[in-house]
Amino acid sequence: MSLDLKFTYTEKKDTRSGFGDGFLEAGRRNPNVVGLCADLIGSLKMGDFQKEFPERFFQTGIAEANMIGISAGLAIGGKIPFAGTFANFATGRVYDQIRQSVAYSEKNVKICASHAGLTLGEDGATHQILEDLGMMKMLPHMTVINPCDYNQTKAATLAIAEFEGPVYLRFGRPSWPVFTPADQKFEIGKAWKMIDGKDVTIFATGHLVWEAVVAEAMLRAEGISAEVINIHTIKPLDEEAILESVKKTGCAVSAEEHQLNGGLGDSIAQCLIRNNPAPLEYVGVNDSFGESGTPTQLLEKYGLNAENIVKAAKRALVRK
Amino acid sequence: MEKQSIEQLQNICTQLRRDVLRMVHAVQSGHPGAPLGCAEFFVALYFDQLHHNTDFKMDGKGEDLFFLSNGHLSAGWYSVLSRSGYFPVSELKTFRKLDSRLQGHPATHEHLPGVRIASGSLGQGLSVALGVAQAKKIDKDDKLVYVLMGDGELQEGQVWEAAMYAAHHGVDNLIATVDYNGQQIDGPTEKIMDLKNLKAKWEAFGWEVIETKEGNDMKSVIEGLEKAKSLTGKGKPVLNLLYTEMGYGVDFMVGTHKWHGSPPNDEQLAKALGQLEETLGDY
Repeated sequence: MSLDLKFTYTEKKDTRSGFGDGFLEAGRRNPNVVGLCADLIGSLKMGDFQKEFPERFFQTGIAEANMIGISAGLAIGGKIPFAGTFANFATGRVYDQIRQSVAYSEKNVKICASHAGLTLGEDGATHQILEDLGMMKMLPHMTVINPCDYNQTKAATLAIAEFEGPVYLRFGRPSWPVFTPADQKFEIGKAWKMIDGKDVTIFATGHLVWEAVVAEAMLRAEGISAEVINIHTIKPLDEEAILESVKKTGCAVSAEEHQLNGGLGDSIAQCLIRNNPAPLEYVGVNDSFGESGTPTQLLEKYGLNAENIVKAAKRALVRK
Repeated sequence: MEKQSIEQLQNICTQLRRDVLRMVHAVQSGHPGAPLGCAEFFVALYFDQLHHNTDFKMDGKGEDLFFLSNGHLSAGWYSVLSRSGYFPVSELKTFRKLDSRLQGHPATHEHLPGVRIASGSLGQGLSVALGVAQAKKIDKDDKLVYVLMGDGELQEGQVWEAAMYAAHHGVDNLIATVDYNGQQIDGPTEKIMDLKNLKAKWEAFGWEVIETKEGNDMKSVIEGLEKAKSLTGKGKPVLNLLYTEMGYGVDFMVGTHKWHGSPPNDEQLAKALGQLEETLGDY
């Protein structure tokens, strides 16, 4: 079956490269932007910045707790530190450091977390963090962003450099469709309605926004009109956009590469239940760790691909 | 600030000790032992050593900055901050109470002048100080960054991550002091988790180490800090091992971990204050 997709792509790129290119550009725009990395410069694509601004880049070695503390100190001194490592080591391993030295102390630190979620792939569950959005969104003062492709990640990276306050920026490893425009303006906290629809809303974040775009075409082929909203900012959540859409469609699906506990779906459920209770179905990992495999295999096995979004949309529709 | 005599500085220490005891007594909570032991260090730093501006600015550009990693010494730090002019001395009476800027452990959220980061969860302050020191280097700011850690705090792994980093990156505009009182909540450090040869440890990590053997003698503390300062700018971070006695200044509190986190009752307070002359006026 050939699908009539509302968004298409001509190339695939990793979102971490969007971060790396955005980081370099942010460094060129603002001399206060500095970088830190815990022995993963190549994986985080921070090498170009390091090469161009060696005096503004700090290799911390495999010592993430120290990296977070140093970042807080650099922020006190008026710098805008971008601290990069894998999402697992950028959150769970250093939760207390982030909590006390960054979030509670309201430091302008950008925690840049790559290789998040199942799509990390073959390295397996030790590295596939699926709890990071939950941990980070629970912290007062923390802004949590999870862009969907190379272009959006680059735009988000530039946007957080200009934003004052602690930010958790989540991105990933796999080569992924580049389907959003290169010249987009990234507005923190402002959801992006990508596709208009009237029967059901799909709220997606990160890599699963692409799966939502595919799911919309699949649903449309069956005569179901789905609205697709790209929730790139998990916190602060754009409640206005969520409520406006669900008021129209009457039911929704959340889709994320994360545990159901504590993820985007939880945030949307809270929003709906306080304002306009409506059927909501979840697409995410259900209280389980991941495993080794290719990104595509893992999204299929754990129920996170377009087919699963379609099934969830149908479940939501019958509950209306 | 006008240079104070050793006697004047000692008088401030006595007042700081009174402040600490009255503050923790008033709310029947807090940590009197370690700040009593660090009174000379706090006063030497704020009234003799730091090039600082009590008109507080978060970035501290062009100033020497101090970070308290062992945040439970908050009562002592708040006393010296207020006594040196960061905020009114009368505010000490709000310590640990609702709606106060003087939180149980130091915090920035309430915007208390003098505090640049929250501390309390141990082991984080050295890393923060390193970041500030490196920001100063980028800005070609020749002022220094100071940090105080507890000796028990050195059991936290992050401290040694930071120790390794500081030497590797040649962060030589930093003076870290360890309050070497040999006590922690559960007992003497050698029984809880023996620190063994601290001097050798820090030297092995690539630091310049000095020892201030009389950490409760004002003249020695100042000499130690002067010596530490003379070693900055030479490519290595500097560690000041400050030998103090927990609870110093009150005969029944000195040298034991029992007053680490316990406030005196009314009778004990009266007895303690009887040993400490009111030199600058109580808050």
